[in-house]
Amino acid sequence: MVLLFNIIFQVSDAISFLLLSAIGLAVIFGMMRIINLAHGEFITVGAYGTVVTAKMGLPLPMAMACGVLVTIIFGFILERLIIRYIYGRPLDSVVATWGISLIVSQSFLIIFGPSIEGLKSPLGSFQMGDYSFSEYRILLIFISFLILVLLYFLFMKSRFGTLARATIEKPITSSALGVDVQKVYTITFCIGAGLAGLTGALYIPTMTCVPSLGQAFIVSAFVSVVTAGASPFIGLVPAAAFLGSFQTGITFFYHATIGLIGLLFAVIMIIRFLPSGFSGLIKKGK
Amino acid sequence: MGLNNILEIKNIISGYGTTNVINNISFGINESSILAISGRNGVGKSTLLKTIIGIVESKSGNIFFMNKNITKNRPTERSILGIGYVPQGRDIFNSLTVEENISLPAISRRMKNLKNELEKIYSVFPILKEKRNDLGGSLSGGQQQQLAIARSLIFNPKVLLLDEPSEGIQPSIVSSIAEKIHNIAIELKTAFVIVEQNISFISKLSCDCFIIDKGVISSKISSKDFSDVDKARKALSLEL
Repeated sequence: MVLLFNIIFQVSDAISFLLLSAIGLAVIFGMMRIINLAHGEFITVGAYGTVVTAKMGLPLPMAMACGVLVTIIFGFILERLIIRYIYGRPLDSVVATWGISLIVSQSFLIIFGPSIEGLKSPLGSFQMGDYSFSEYRILLIFISFLILVLLYFLFMKSRFGTLARATIEKPITSSALGVDVQKVYTITFCIGAGLAGLTGALYIPTMTCVPSLGQAFIVSAFVSVVTAGASPFIGLVPAAAFLGSFQTGITFFYHATIGLIGLLFAVIMIIRFLPSGFSGLIKKGK
Repeated sequence: MGLNNILEIKNIISGYGTTNVINNISFGINESSILAISGRNGVGKSTLLKTIIGIVESKSGNIFFMNKNITKNRPTERSILGIGYVPQGRDIFNSLTVEENISLPAISRRMKNLKNELEKIYSVFPILKEKRNDLGGSLSGGQQQQLAIARSLIFNPKVLLLDEPSEGIQPSIVSSIAEKIHNIAIELKTAFVIVEQNISFISKLSCDCFIIDKGVISSKISSKDFSDVDKARKALSLEL
């Protein structure tokens, strides 16, 4: 019973980490084909925004909201200054966002130094048999699934969602029908940035606060989006579920390093034998 | 030409990159009237419509819509002012339902009474009501054409630009679409600019027709010469 609970906890924890790492990247890539190499720095911005405002005395949830808000503003400025000029140019977007990534991480190093005092992990932990579980990480599992549900309603059921889906499919026709495509892109980019900021805000209490902290999410984010395939909205959940279970399984029998190697090996196999990713598999099945 | 023209094109030159496709075209169209534009493949018919809606930028000349110069406006702004556009190949949103396809321009305009407007559209195109919850991509060619027209009618445009509405559609549906266009022009006072190569379709519209060749209007055929298909074929075959 305890063992079963432990397995479920470990798997869900790994899946929610993959989901939260990837979600902002998936929205920006899935909607606008912008490969955002500055994704890690968006996460860093959210984390620092949270820590700085928490140190100023804000309660943690409020500080997290500030972290998200700062990242949205950051994303908005970048979209206005740089990103909007490179829509439809995926390779240029790689170079541009990589440059942004370098500038931002070095700026953080200059402004805040090599590290700042982090936050304590909120909530406590509880004991079950031989295992101890962090309550906060269990909360994170629920939050990640809640975010997915909210995103589903935002993109499938709301006014903005209809405009956004039309814009992804046929931007030129959408504009000829009166859709303000530019505005849809700006809002979507800000949503993606805000989600990345939220990831940083949610995980920073469990991490040390250094300028390169976003890098911890980058591998998970990119492998999830790559294996999700051409439609990250459809493929992300199965991709994260598969990769998370696989990684946890191997970690469980060996140890974490082998687990990570196994994860990357699985990704290579998926790209080799399932080039259109999980979303391609789902679409074929329909 | 004159103030009563709802849409007025003056000395438009446009094209792609350094190549000009439209070489100085001017015309005007009144409220409630229909204008057909015909010509061989690759003479610039579609480019002309794209220039009017703004997807292709004009290099010189002016476009007036309701006496407002819209030459510098983006496609989104032109659409919101009241120009509808049905592209060649229809460009239905495959991943949106039929109803979402029709509603899209209304949603982007935050139109009220969407339900009423939808009912009006469904009374003109009953087949779309039947299929309202199906995905746009699952419709047949003729249904997609009706959907594309419905999608542009939802915001009551003053001018509707149609690019090859009869393309890939069986003849019986072609004539029903022509009939619907006629009724819409009269009832909703919508003006139509229709690019078309199908002679029997043009003759059913019984409207004036411009022939374009090498990016200029090479001749104008009056509606009288289209009173029956044979006459139309004769008039057009000299040009096509």
